[in-house]
Parts: sequence; C-alpha cells; structure tokens
Amino acid sequence: MSIELKSITKKFGEVTAVNNVTFSVNEGELMALLGPSGGGKTTVLRMIAGLEVPTQGDIFINGQRVNDVPVQKRNIGFVFQSYALFRNMTVFGNIAFGLKIKKWKKADMQARVMELLELFGLSGLEKRYPHQLSGGQRQRVAIARALAPKPSLLLLDEPFGAVDAKIRQELREWLVTLHSELNVTTIFVTHDQEEAMEVSNRIVIFSRGNLEQIGAPREVYEQPANEFVARFIGVMNVLDTEVQGGVARVSELQFPADGQAEGTRLRIGFRPYAVQISNDLNLYPYRAVLRHTFFLGIMLRLELELPSGLILRSRMTKEEYAQLGLEDGREVTVRIRNFRVLASEGSALPPELEASAHRRPTIAEHI
Amino acid sequence: MAGNTKRNLGEGHAKSKRGTEEPLWAKWTLITIAMLFCLVFLFLPLVNVFAQAFSKGWSVYWHALTHPDSWSAIKLTLLVAAISVPLNVVFGLAAAWAIAKFEFRGKALLITLIDLPFSVSPVVAGLMFVVLFGLQGFFGGWLNDHNLRIIFAVPGIILATVFITFPFVARELIPIMQAAGSDQEQAALTMGANGWQTFWHVTLPSVKWGLIYGIILCNARAMGEFGAVSVVSGHITGQTDTMPLRIEKLYNEYQGPAAFAVASLLALLALVTLGLKTVLEWKQSLEFSRAQQTPPVKRAPPIGADGGIAGM
Repeated sequence: MSIELKSITKKFGEVTAVNNVTFSVNEGELMALLGPSGGGKTTVLRMIAGLEVPTQGDIFINGQRVNDVPVQKRNIGFVFQSYALFRNMTVFGNIAFGLKIKKWKKADMQARVMELLELFGLSGLEKRYPHQLSGGQRQRVAIARALAPKPSLLLLDEPFGAVDAKIRQELREWLVTLHSELNVTTIFVTHDQEEAMEVSNRIVIFSRGNLEQIGAPREVYEQPANEFVARFIGVMNVLDTEVQGGVARVSELQFPADGQAEGTRLRIGFRPYAVQISNDLNLYPYRAVLRHTFFLGIMLRLELELPSGLILRSRMTKEEYAQLGLEDGREVTVRIRNFRVLASEGSALPPELEASAHRRPTIAEHI
Repeated sequence: MAGNTKRNLGEGHAKSKRGTEEPLWAKWTLITIAMLFCLVFLFLPLVNVFAQAFSKGWSVYWHALTHPDSWSAIKLTLLVAAISVPLNVVFGLAAAWAIAKFEFRGKALLITLIDLPFSVSPVVAGLMFVVLFGLQGFFGGWLNDHNLRIIFAVPGIILATVFITFPFVARELIPIMQAAGSDQEQAALTMGANGWQTFWHVTLPSVKWGLIYGIILCNARAMGEFGAVSVVSGHITGQTDTMPLRIEKLYNEYQGPAAFAVASLLALLALVTLGLKTVLEWKQSLEFSRAQQTPPVKRAPPIGADGGIAGM
C-alpha cells in the first residue's frame, strides 16, 4: 500500500501540530517518523490511520483520497504506544477481535490466531489476560492483534518506548525480520534516532510540526539538510567560528572559508569520524591531549582537549587504538578531515537547538 | 565463608522485610477495632431485625408479609426499582461516557449536577417534585386537565427514586472510564469495529465491575429510599406505600413483628444483591488464576527460519 501526504496541516485550536507536510511512503517500505516529542510525528501517524482529520491538505492511499474514509474502512493495523490491549479479553480474544468484527469463520479464526501466536512466540499464553503478561509479551500481543486481520498498512506509535533496554533491542531486530517476512508497508513513530537508524529503510524527521528531512538513514546522517537534522542524528562536534582572512577561526582551529566575507560568523559541524588522530606529533596540524576514552563495544569514543581548552570528540576501533598505543593523558596530533557549515550569519547565530542535548554515544557513530 | 555470607544476606533481607511492617500489637488492635465496630454497629442490628421479625413465630411472619397491603408495598417497591435502576444505568453510562471521553463546555456543571442528589436532602428532593407536578405546582393545572396524576401516585414515586439514585451509577463509572482513557476504543475502531460494537465488546466489559457495583448501590437505594418517596407518595395504603413507608406505618401502629417482618425482607433483598456481587467477583478471580496457571513459554520470538505467513 502506498501513501501520499500532500500539504497536510493539522491544528488543535490555536496550536499547529503539523505544518504543511508533504511526503510519500512506497509499497512495502519500513518508514520511521522521527523527531523530539511534540514534533507532530504521532499526529501524522494518527492522520494516516484516520484517527485524526487533517485541517488542510489531502491524504492518498493507493492513489485514492481518503480524507473522508473512516478509520474502520482503511484496512490498517495500529499499535498504540500504550498497547491498548483489551483488558477484559484474553490474549486469544485480543488477537481474534479484528477477525470477529470482520466475521471470519470460527475455524479460520482459530487457525489464524494460532498461527500468529506461534509466529510471535506467544503459544501457551492464549488464555492469559493482558495484566498477566510481561511488557515484551504485551507488545507482541499488540502487534499480533494489529496484524491479525491482514492489514495492508501497519502503523506503530512509539512501539518500543515502554519496554526495558534489552527487550527493546530484541524487539527492534524482530520488527526488521517481521517486516521482511510479511512485506507489509510499515510506518513507526519514534523519538529515538538510534532506533530509527537501525530499523527503517527511510526516515522522515520532524521538528515542531515541520518536516525537516526525508531520506535513508545513511543519507540523513551524512548529508543532513539543516542544522537541526545534523544535530539530532548522531553525535556532532559543533563550533561557532568567525571568518578572518578567508579562514573560519575558533581558538586554534582553522577551516577554509573561501568566498566568505570578512567577519562572517559560521557555525561548523563535523562528525567524530572526521577527527583523525596520530601519535606522530608532527603529522597533523593541531596538538591535543586525549582526556577520556569511552568503551562502546568494538568502537571507542575519544574526548580530546586542545591547548585552548576546546573539546573535540572522535571515534576509532579498538585495533586502531591499540596500534596508535593510545591511553588517557597521551599527547597526540589531530586533523579535521571534513566539515559542514551548519549556519552562517552576518552577526548573530541562532541559539543552540535543543537537539544538542542528545549527545550520548549512539549507533550512528559506528556508521 | 561463602555459604555464611549468603545466609547472612538472606537474614538481612528477611529482617528488612519485617521492618516495613507494623508491629504485631498494632496490627491486631486495628483488626479488633474494625471487627468490633462491624459487629456492634452492622451485624448485631441486622441480626436483631431478623430476630424481632421471627419473635412471634413463622406464621405471624408469613401472615405479615402476605397481608394485602404489605404485598402491594412489596410489589410497588420491586416495580419502582425495576424501572428506576435501568433508567439510571442508561443515564449513568451516558453521563459517564460524556464526562470521561469528551471535552465540552459545561462539563463542570454536569459533574456538579450529578452530585446534586447527594447534597440535597431527600425531603427537599421530594418537595421539588411536589412544587413541579403537585396540584398547585407549575404543571399541576395542565396535568389535572389531562387527567394525569404524578404526585401521590406511582409516577411521582418513580421520579423521586430516579432523582435520588441518579449519582450511583455515574459516580462509579466516571473514574473508571477516565482511568481507561479511549485507547482501547480507538484500537477497536482501527480493527474495523463500529461505534456500537466498540461499546458492546470493549467499553462495557471494561467497566463491568464498576457498573455492577453501581447497579447494586443504586438498587439498594431505590428499594430503601424513604424521605423523597414519603413526600410524593401520599401514603395511600395498598396503593402508594413502598416497603419503607409500609414499615414505618406498621411500626407506628404498634405492629412491631409485622414491621420487622417487612424490614427483614428489605434487608434480605439487599443481602442477596451483595451476595450476588461477591459470587461474580469470585468467579472472575477464579478465571484469572486459571489463566495464570498456563505454562510460560520461551521469550525469544521464533521468527525467520521457517517462513512467514502467506498472504500478508
């Protein structure tokens, strides 16, 4: 099932939750709607489902305008953030509900529910009630229930928000497998960029109701459309510089800035992988001291301090680290292989965005 | 050494667990107070009602209940409950649904109005209806012209009872519906259910216990209401006397055993509804525990190797 949103705007009273958003989802795609909370992504998902009606704009499913098609007739499966399992029904009753509504024959219904229980690793739990299940089991019942009537579109709202870290990882991998098995067009909402990067084919990034960028995980990571995306996806070193003599400077660092007027302020960003390190003190232009090494499995994250006190973040594999004979406190030289200009203004730069708070080590760094 | 440490840890755990509980004497004092209170103020009076009712023997008891006037009071009480309880179930569900699931102007006013019968004295409630429908009331003339009787007749008794018992169902349901939110209903909609199916299969079962409890309270009050009914009924023996009114009349006429006989029947009706509720709750918990006993299964979902589902 393909979906197209054309200039969709949604207002709740005075508040604009979604502002003039246009994008499309291809048949069979696994798409993530990503953004900080309050970004409008859940509202978009609910409009696709038919649980909300757009204030302006049109939604097309398989080329047909569905603005006026009620939620019951859209043939979707929706997984709620809270799971919204029917508390008074057993696991079996929950999964069978949609089939009962669609008036399946009893034998077919039985077979279908059993098939799903098997597929979702829930066999033996069919007589339990939701409150007798673990968080991960509830999650899987919710997805099984949504898939039971064979929807042509699966929508998930923060599907892994309410389970603990280990289960979340399992469920993510499982969702990817499930999607490749079933090949049903799937859209999920998340505020976790790591989750979006790992699970989806394409990501739509929202901020304050606006669509910031749409693209494959690698695309939005390597070619962020704007500063918000650059800072929201993955870790980034961000420096505010000023152009002097054709070079953007901050402390001892210099970046080529051909064609920029004298005195222009540039906000420059570069990924940790762009910061190269050598133990040869004459190889790279800047001296630095390795302050901290963070171990993240096979990748290490390094925090380097320049003589001026400026902190740069880098990353490398364990092997590289060992080859260079690095350890905390060691003096090294660094260079910055490439960078992006995130913003430029004659005088003042916009204030730092909230997204910069998301600076924990992430999978995006490993790409 | 290792074994010792383990045992010490275990003891520490047990100690800390005991530490969170009240001392034994406090526990038993509280239990004793609660038990004594219930015994003296609830159980003994109830037993006394039955004892008084049977004090002159079974035949007197039976005669008191089958006396035409008492029998008519019993029938009237059951009729009033049979009409006012279903009405209030419908009103209560509608009001609770509106308050819990929608935002609208005048919501606070509606909540206040639902509580009105609790805060207004039943006698005042009864007088309200007299003022409205009595011969000298607003609609009195019109009703009289059309030969309709509300005050000093059964419709008035039903109206007063509906008014008095209005909050019971709604008050029970509102917090439950608010806590449940509308996620379950929305989930049902996404699976193709229409409004009625959603209400019948999802909303109603999820508020079942609150509703049953509300109905029991509503029913007990509908059968037991005295004040408001007393004002509007007119006390016409054999016609507009409900059981509480009949009991009072018998008692004032020094027919103690007969009064207690009818009272015991009223108490019995209340006890039966309570017993019914207990049985239902017990059945439900039995069902839950049976479901709990099914064997747990491995956590990892076995997907991938043996192919997916066809046709999705």
